[in-house]
Amino acid sequence: MGRLHSVSLNRELCMGCTNCIKGCPTEAIRVRDGKAVIDENRCIDCAECIRICPHHAKRAVTDTLPELSERHDDFPCVALIPPSLYSQFSVPANRASILNAMNTLGFDYVYEVALGAAASSVRTREILNETRAAEEVLKDGTESGFPLISSACPVVVRLIQMKYKSLIPHLISLDAPMEITARYAREEASKKSGVPPENVMIYFISPCPSKRSASLNPLGQKESDVNYVLAMHDVYPLLLNLLEKPDAGSSDSSGKADAHPLADPTGVQWATSGGEASTLDTEKYMAVDGIHNVISILNEIENENLKDIEFVEPSCCFGGCIGGPLTATNPFSAKARMRSVIHKAREDHGKNPGNCLHSNALDPHIWEEPLSDNDSMRLDEDIETALGKYDQMEKILSTLPGLDCGACGAPTCAALAEDIVQGNALETDCIIKLKEQIRKVAQEINILKL
Amino acid sequence: MKKALTRLGVRPLSIKRASIAMYEAEINAVIHGHGGVAVVHIFPDSVMIEIIDHGPGIPDVEQAMTEGFSTAPDSARAMGFGAGMGLPNIKKQVDLLEIDTKMGEGTKVTMHIRF
Repeated sequence: MGRLHSVSLNRELCMGCTNCIKGCPTEAIRVRDGKAVIDENRCIDCAECIRICPHHAKRAVTDTLPELSERHDDFPCVALIPPSLYSQFSVPANRASILNAMNTLGFDYVYEVALGAAASSVRTREILNETRAAEEVLKDGTESGFPLISSACPVVVRLIQMKYKSLIPHLISLDAPMEITARYAREEASKKSGVPPENVMIYFISPCPSKRSASLNPLGQKESDVNYVLAMHDVYPLLLNLLEKPDAGSSDSSGKADAHPLADPTGVQWATSGGEASTLDTEKYMAVDGIHNVISILNEIENENLKDIEFVEPSCCFGGCIGGPLTATNPFSAKARMRSVIHKAREDHGKNPGNCLHSNALDPHIWEEPLSDNDSMRLDEDIETALGKYDQMEKILSTLPGLDCGACGAPTCAALAEDIVQGNALETDCIIKLKEQIRKVAQEINILKL
Repeated sequence: MKKALTRLGVRPLSIKRASIAMYEAEINAVIHGHGGVAVVHIFPDSVMIEIIDHGPGIPDVEQAMTEGFSTAPDSARAMGFGAGMGLPNIKKQVDLLEIDTKMGEGTKVTMHIRF
């Protein structure tokens, strides 16, 4: 099945170097005819290639900011703000002023995704308790449900679908905070504006391209409630411009200021790595960030070496969502600022708990569809053919130099062997093999000359 | 082996069973048999794993199959092994288990897992 991804290549900028093929954790990229080609069945939107490409030839595909001034009243526009956005600004800005600034940009309604995150935390705590109770019954722990794995990062979920299928039952099967909030926002906006829910246009301001793929091709759901995904770094300069004005957030839409329901601080915590886990009442958790680190931890879980851990929170990006490829600020500044934002959220909540929208208003859904497998790692549908191919691959690999130089366009000699077996490459794509053959031919010509 | 079975499209549960059985048998060969070799045969419907060591052999196989029975040295126990669960755990995972052992010559553990 075709699986959409949200990374594209600018062929003119691509130099055909080997940087991206080497960094790709799923070996989804090959250089063919001097240009990088992405296998869309294997790309999980981790954005490693976007970060690594020295020529900026890789780009995340997102939607473009609409001309909000031309919007139609029958189709109200809603912006969903993930907590990571709050970490982006060096100017003094609080959550309310950022939400107000989004209104000023032209969005009719603005909701914090932290609302959905807080609701998800509540439900996840229940799931943890249910799993503990089930463990008590099992006792021997042979078929342990632990560790539970967060499904908040779509890149991680797609990695598990492809390469760690045995871990699918460990995933928290709740839809993502983005979806929980979108469903709530659609109903609320429909009620407030009097238009049918399907006319409400929902825009998510995203720190990463995987959220766009997740909205086009939902995980565990039939349809996404998110209509468009905008890049955080596209919205950032417009917001900054508004926030730098001294009267930002106060005068402009003071009427609407109270209209924004604020989330419980636990929802705001999700922006950084370990934030989600810290909202659950367990000490036995592990937060792991960076896609290559995530892979090594998933291996550990598969080898049953982490049974003493109750909850694993893997994030594709270093630092968590604040390290996303579509953010505007370096992740270290973002992390420091996020700390203040969370501190402020807790302080405000302590002073006035009634100001927060109760999480009960939002309803995290259990995945309505079982998570599908991604079979792109499979050599062939028929196991006998696959066995033959595997055998052939091993034979070819033993004749390759083992340098993993990447000059053939595949990231490793093993990957080239696979490409040859699948009919996508030739043995002479290997420059070492080619050199050997040329030398042999040259020697034969010399003999003939004598 | 795990990687190979994944590439062949074997279902995750079978891969898990094979991995656990192989791991336990390898640990046994290291602790008791001074190391050894592993031979894996993959068929379209099953996998056969042989772990062969040239250690002291198992005096009483039936006793060794008992949960909790262990002759592991303290050095192995210090690392968290030697709970006497190795062979019983293997038995749980595999469809067929053969133990061929000769005192002073070594042990060959053969495990079959159907996919």
